[in-house]
Amino acid sequence: MTSTLDSDIRMLGAVRSATRRRVLVVTGILVAVLVVLAILALMLGNRIVAPGDVLAAAFGQGPGGDRFVVQGLRLPRLTLALLIGACFGLVGAVFQSLLRNPLASPDIIGISQGASGAAVGAILLLGWSGISVSFAAFGGAVIVAAAITLLAGGFGPVGSSGRSGAVGSRFVLIGIALAFLAQAIIGYLLTRADVRDAQSALVWLVGSIGTVQPAELVVTAVGALVLSVALAVLAPRLRMLQLGDEAATGLGVRVTRTRLLLTLVGVGFAAVATAAAGPVAFVAFVSAPIARRLLGGTGPALVTSALVGAVVVTGADIVAQHAFPGLQVPVGIVTGIIGAPVLLLLLARGNRTKGAA
Amino acid sequence: MTRPAPATVAGPAGSAPASAPGPALVRRRLARILGLVALLVVVLLAVGASLFLGSRAIDLSAVIAALTGHSADATEQMVVLDLRVPRTVIGLVAGASLGLAGALMQGLTRNPLADPGLLGVNAGASLAVVVAIAVFGVGAPSGYVWFAFLGAALAAVIVYAVASGRNGPTPLSLTLAGAAVTAVLTSVITLVLLRDLDTLAQYRFWSVGSLVARDLGTVPPLLPFLVVGAILALLLGRSLNGLALGDDVARGLGQRVGLTRAVAGIAIILLCGSATSLAGPLVFVGLVVSHVARRIVGPDYRWILAYSIPLGAILLVLADTVGRLIAQPAELEAGIVVAIIGAPLLIVLVRRDRAVIR
Repeated sequence: MTSTLDSDIRMLGAVRSATRRRVLVVTGILVAVLVVLAILALMLGNRIVAPGDVLAAAFGQGPGGDRFVVQGLRLPRLTLALLIGACFGLVGAVFQSLLRNPLASPDIIGISQGASGAAVGAILLLGWSGISVSFAAFGGAVIVAAAITLLAGGFGPVGSSGRSGAVGSRFVLIGIALAFLAQAIIGYLLTRADVRDAQSALVWLVGSIGTVQPAELVVTAVGALVLSVALAVLAPRLRMLQLGDEAATGLGVRVTRTRLLLTLVGVGFAAVATAAAGPVAFVAFVSAPIARRLLGGTGPALVTSALVGAVVVTGADIVAQHAFPGLQVPVGIVTGIIGAPVLLLLLARGNRTKGAA
Repeated sequence: MTRPAPATVAGPAGSAPASAPGPALVRRRLARILGLVALLVVVLLAVGASLFLGSRAIDLSAVIAALTGHSADATEQMVVLDLRVPRTVIGLVAGASLGLAGALMQGLTRNPLADPGLLGVNAGASLAVVVAIAVFGVGAPSGYVWFAFLGAALAAVIVYAVASGRNGPTPLSLTLAGAAVTAVLTSVITLVLLRDLDTLAQYRFWSVGSLVARDLGTVPPLLPFLVVGAILALLLGRSLNGLALGDDVARGLGQRVGLTRAVAGIAIILLCGSATSLAGPLVFVGLVVSHVARRIVGPDYRWILAYSIPLGAILLVLADTVGRLIAQPAELEAGIVVAIIGAPLLIVLVRRDRAVIR
């Protein structure tokens, strides 16, 4: 008896340390990739800066031309890419584990569409541009999120059976309904507008970080920071919620309140990122599944998801700027075209390993 | 997962004790058949409304005269026969097949959020239409039909192949692969539209989903696809009931899970491809309709499938009619009205009937 218990405990310990090692390795690799991508992003462009000079230029040393290009143009853009990538990655991780549905990402549950509807309305009806569009988008995202929350009628356990999966489905379904409503409004606005205006609205709709304003960058950074602290506080409870509502209650988690807080944080991330860059397609959707697969686990994988999101957006933005000479492609197009096949590849591989196991 | 036969059916059948299944089952089946008949009556009413109502007021008798070809007024005859009849017929056909495909899709993926659009069908059709406009210079919606059909079918086949991997598709892999392929295709569409103003000018009207300016001549060649798709779909009810219990249980019941998925996939491609090529990418119909059907008849897919046909037709024909009336003298596209009617409907359903959602 005791000997099997001992060996069980030893095995558990071994599994645990293996998991921890894997987390460390994956995190290290992702950070390394991110650093390489960041240096590339600062180097490349019409004026190519040598890898050795990039760091100096970023800190205000070296020739004035390098300094202007790196510090003034590329660094803000890179920072925004990293920020919104991490935000979108976290949104996906939070919603997908909170609502227990792989479809729960802001592109699907209407938050992106709410932001887009408000932004497109602001562009086409009010003639706004620049940062005021971002504020409109933020408002749209928050309104849709509030509407979903109110209509879903709280976050408590449902019915007598108390299956939390049902809460997730209800939330997501209402989100989808609102997404289609917002989509219809966008379609209506696009068909009624002048075709040139419609095209500029389309750039916003697909998500782009071409123009970065310092004010925008500061707002986004502060928002992301505040939300990250809140998420760090809530993260242990999110992990417990994954065990099921009853188990989480047993562990002392106030399920309803925790779910509400986590939803608010997730919506906050989505709103901040969407306001800054538009609904960059697919990053939120794809980051968490990739992170989970890299880690080989089923947990929320928050940090890894954020890193994956940052890698995806930063890499995609490099491609968007330089892959088509003479044409600036919105980053959202590249994340859609590249991010999705990556998910497909992982899927195909996952199917195979599942067959082997 | 699904609870076996919850008492979601109103009336005497739901309260019958399980120990006496005979008469209760008969009564329940009778209630459902009567419900189906009632829905067909509503379909007829919707068709009537679509023929009689519009921005030009035409008398009941004049409409009937125009339909039979004895109208005294040439303009009225033209309005009824060339404008109202085609959009009514296409609304009926497209709505019915989208409703059916939606129910099928939900059974196939075991995901109450599934919509035929998620299988990549709409994105494939849309990309094909963009190519038709941008590359081949096709100018009229009736010219898009075969492009759209081909694009829809191709996209769905890709989704299916990717999701299958080596061990056949699972509900999760189908859902994810559908979303991924949709994202790729949508990005390519946007890339084309951003560079080509003329294509955007045309495409934006097709993409909201409209029944205007569609050619009735496009329906007959698509009819075989629709009929085969509908028959395949209706044959799958029992298998989908098994699938709802999970793959292992379904296999234990002697079902061939892979075969069911393949047939369901083919039916969805046929139904959605035809509907999308007729009316544009109308995403919401399938989702709303299958939830309404489930709300009425409970979790039995044989009945959900049967009910979703008239429900889909009613939703689309009514949406088109309403769109003609509320924005006079202009019109609101059917796709927009579907969202305006469908979204609140879906929200009410989701809030009311919590047990239905797994």
